[in-house]
Amino acid sequence: MQKLYLLVPLAPLLGSIIAGLLGRFIGPTWSHRVTIALVFASLLASIIIFLDVLEGNSYNGSVYTWMITGDTRFEIGFLIDQLSATMMVVVSLVSLMVHIYTIGYMHDDPGYQRFFSYISLFTFSMMMLVMSNNFLQLFFGWEAVGLVSYLLIGFWYTRPTAIYANMKAFLVNRVGDFGFLLGIGMILVHFGTLDYVSVFAQAPDIVDEKIELISGVSWLVITVICILLFIGAMGKSAQFPLHVWLPDSMEGPTPISALIHAATMVTAGIFMVARMSPLFELSDTALSIILVIGGITTLFMALIALVQNDIKRVVAYSTLSQLGYMTVALGASAYSAAIFHLMTHAFFKAVLFLGAGSVIIAMHHEQNMQKMGGLKSYMPITYWTMFIAALASAGVPGFSGFFSKDAIIEAVHFADIPGAGFAYFCVLTTVFVTAFYTFRLIFLTFHGQSRMDKHTKEHLHESPWVVTVPLVVLAIPTIAAGWFIGPMVFGDYFSSAIHVLPHHDAIEKLGAEFSGIGAMMMHALYTAPFWLSMVGIFSAWYLYCVRTDIPEKIKSSFGSVYNLLDRKYYVDELYSWLFAGGTRAIGTILWKYGDIKIIDGFFVNGTARMVALTSTIVRRYQTGYIYHYAFTMIVGVFFLLTLWLY
Amino acid sequence: MSFEFPLLSLIIWLPIVFGVAVFATGDDRNAQIARWISLIGSILGFLVAIPLYTNFDSATGAMQFLENYQWFERFNVNYHIGVDGISMPLILLNCFITPIVVVAGWEVIKERVSQYMGAFLIMSGIVNGVFSSLDAILFYVFWEASLIPMFLIIGIWGGPNRVYAAIKFFLYTLLGSLLMLIAFIYLYHASEGSFSIEDYHNLAIPMTPQILIFIAFLLAFAVKVPMWPVHTWLPDAHVEAPTGGSVVLAAILLKLGGYGFLRFSLPIAPDASHYLAEMMIVLSLIAVVYIGLIALMQADMKKLIAYSSVAHMGFVTLGFFLLNAYGIEGAMVQMISHGFISGAMFLCVGVLYDRLHSRQIADYGGVVNKMPVFAAFFMLFAMANAGLPGTSGFVGEFMVIMSAIKVNFWYAFFAATTLITGAAYTLWMYKRVIFGAVASPGVESLQDISKREFGLLAILAISVLWIGIYPFPLTEVMHATVDQLLTHVSNSKL
Repeated sequence: MQKLYLLVPLAPLLGSIIAGLLGRFIGPTWSHRVTIALVFASLLASIIIFLDVLEGNSYNGSVYTWMITGDTRFEIGFLIDQLSATMMVVVSLVSLMVHIYTIGYMHDDPGYQRFFSYISLFTFSMMMLVMSNNFLQLFFGWEAVGLVSYLLIGFWYTRPTAIYANMKAFLVNRVGDFGFLLGIGMILVHFGTLDYVSVFAQAPDIVDEKIELISGVSWLVITVICILLFIGAMGKSAQFPLHVWLPDSMEGPTPISALIHAATMVTAGIFMVARMSPLFELSDTALSIILVIGGITTLFMALIALVQNDIKRVVAYSTLSQLGYMTVALGASAYSAAIFHLMTHAFFKAVLFLGAGSVIIAMHHEQNMQKMGGLKSYMPITYWTMFIAALASAGVPGFSGFFSKDAIIEAVHFADIPGAGFAYFCVLTTVFVTAFYTFRLIFLTFHGQSRMDKHTKEHLHESPWVVTVPLVVLAIPTIAAGWFIGPMVFGDYFSSAIHVLPHHDAIEKLGAEFSGIGAMMMHALYTAPFWLSMVGIFSAWYLYCVRTDIPEKIKSSFGSVYNLLDRKYYVDELYSWLFAGGTRAIGTILWKYGDIKIIDGFFVNGTARMVALTSTIVRRYQTGYIYHYAFTMIVGVFFLLTLWLY
Repeated sequence: MSFEFPLLSLIIWLPIVFGVAVFATGDDRNAQIARWISLIGSILGFLVAIPLYTNFDSATGAMQFLENYQWFERFNVNYHIGVDGISMPLILLNCFITPIVVVAGWEVIKERVSQYMGAFLIMSGIVNGVFSSLDAILFYVFWEASLIPMFLIIGIWGGPNRVYAAIKFFLYTLLGSLLMLIAFIYLYHASEGSFSIEDYHNLAIPMTPQILIFIAFLLAFAVKVPMWPVHTWLPDAHVEAPTGGSVVLAAILLKLGGYGFLRFSLPIAPDASHYLAEMMIVLSLIAVVYIGLIALMQADMKKLIAYSSVAHMGFVTLGFFLLNAYGIEGAMVQMISHGFISGAMFLCVGVLYDRLHSRQIADYGGVVNKMPVFAAFFMLFAMANAGLPGTSGFVGEFMVIMSAIKVNFWYAFFAATTLITGAAYTLWMYKRVIFGAVASPGVESLQDISKREFGLLAILAISVLWIGIYPFPLTEVMHATVDQLLTHVSNSKL
């Protein structure tokens, strides 16, 4: 079994190396065959491991010693339990589907082998992240997925927008990693180890330790650690105010938007916090912050999605909002619900993105929904799979998203730490917004009049099988994954991986009321979320299928609100002025004044000038005339005599 | 451990002998012969250094491979050499970099080839001498001698402003080292007639002279490292130096300063080190933050990398003066890693400079379209420069940040800003130079790297990844020595 653990990350790494280094020799076809075969091997191994874990086995062990310093051993190793096994299956399944889909999406791209190399490298990095048994390796995977994300957003490197977006993504992520690394440092200082199990075992002992970061203000150590770690999660999982990179990341090819920027990488932050539940449980302050940040992200990012016309951007903002849901769940101590939503979201969001990609191919790389319409009859498979995903996203009973989202909303309702009320308001309101923007996308794209030009319309057709098969395959869990809510969320599936303190256990209370998925669906009919989502879908239908003139009227009569949303609350402008501009200004000042004027100009070259000046003056005395020297000597003698006489 | 064969002497003198032999080939009619002799000499120089690692006993912190012969009886000056876990990795790094600079200058240097190659070989031997000297005067002779080849390399094969840069380099570093000589003379009297560095380690010195000695050493070493605010010679020297000169300067010569702190300042003046540690930490943090911001605004690639070197060396001095095992070992790893990464970065700039004769970022853009293989290497080194885990750049920074947080959260806070600034200046440069559409006819005419360049960059890439993925063997040889050093530092000498 342990060899199998190694196979899971190393198979995609091998694929990546082969496609990357030898791609130009073995050609595109063999590159995709090799990488797909190896990712498939990784998926099979993950499934076997998953089944093994279901039987109650788990593993925690080291692969090799990375380094020994002082009295600390840094190890590279794996922790295999329900949490990591679930993530492994989700990651390898979505990754495999995206590999296959890529054959169709990228088939005439000159960077074909490079693309396969990158996505396999991503799969390796993500596996290292989720399988890790220590913070060091977690940080390695964390930054490595960031690197691959950087490379893939900038995949089409001749586009100025793409290479701006990838740098922005990397730097914003680095801001998060900055906090994350400090958090890891605090853990090392206070626990003396970076191994998960030892850290968790010691966590209850330091619960009352305090630290004064600013003199006079003392903080609980555990709160500082959790907040620093969460800053890392905010970067990776694009939570407000570090969310700005994710929408821009849509500059990358669509398959990676699905794989990295929706289904897997961005959920790393959620996974991390769930993994660290024994720490986060000990700090109510950190949980409250998580609730509020998650609530803000959920609602305010969803609102932006309402006014986007780029099909990928709608899905991107939807991703932000859904990540907000997961974050809120973490804040409410409903970790299992967060991971469950992470899983269902991975499936339905992958379908939405891959479907959007399919539409984009058919539209000859047009992404503006205002120029689409009526695609339903041309692309039935894309339409129906996306429609299913939209139902899941809107939380219609029966589909996967309904179960996971409903569990989160109810859990927040039960939570009673500060911030829970605000978060509950946000997640509830967002149900309506989500249903509205999702179906706005469906109706604008697939229904109504077609608004594209004649040439495009003549060439409209369904995408090839390599594109539609992944859609269909992923549509199955989009419907069915939610049915496992009983064992996965309310049962004891995660009980050994996730720790919840008794007084936080909203899920426990929910679980007491849970009596099967049928009952849960029936019960939903009497609750607000169901009706909010129905109203959302209906309004979208009314505005974009029946009275298509109304949206324009709303837009013109609420111009300032529309602009605020359209410009994403001006956050990008603020950041580029304040941070990018501010840093450059400080850098220029330090360089021009600090280095050039003061250090070099005054001290260094100034010293040289002083020497030159002194010698110019002293030189005057070296005239070479004997009577000058004689006169100086007489003055000297006179001076010494005076001194001697007194 | 006794090792009968005079291995260290061979490591020091073999490159010097080859260097003299290269000089003997004379003018450029024999350039090809000069190149081959240099290559053979430098590779032999590396090969003879390998037993130093394989026969090294990492269980002890004592000096190994000792040789001791009398030199000036009157002043008790000895040819006394040996290595420990601090100097051994640095000697290996130096012997590793020498063949790389020889090959890097292979086709590029067309004038006075024998003198250019000879200078590098001789410098390699001299630097090995610095790292292995256990006698203060011997150390001082090698230390000052190392200035001469680099002075010539910048002054003869440098850019348009080479004379200013060479003199600035020379005077700056000379000024610092003169005070070191005075410190040695004081120590000679205080120890009643010994120039043995190991004797100084056990010498009791009152606080005031300790502080003065510390400051004398500080000036010598801070200029070399270079620490803020005595760093301004470095960008000028790098910009004017030929590629090989920049590589050796960044990869090796800066390490002399770092090595000096470990060999002299900390063990000889431990109380002063403790007393002034906070000042040293603040200076180091200024280097990290202030220089990082300056690097961001550079329009010249070499200047940018030079400033980034200063920021990275800030981690080295920071690590030293946190005065714990994490910090010192982290700083050591950072020195080795910086040798690979900065060397590779300067080689990458050299590759571009050889083709278009410009170092200005604005003259490039879209290089990846024409040089994809080069772009891939440059990406790896840029990421290593930004401290990505899995590359050597991460290991040292990680250890130093972990060490800093043990001492004071805010030290770590400011040190960790390099995660952001380091990525910002490196990736912004990478974006403007490599990415984008082909920006000019010059870029359009670029040819991808030759086999020679590929080989150089590949060797460095493997080194960078190896230390990033498996730093264990590197840190393993240091433990005993660092522990012994820390014992010296924690015992008061008043």
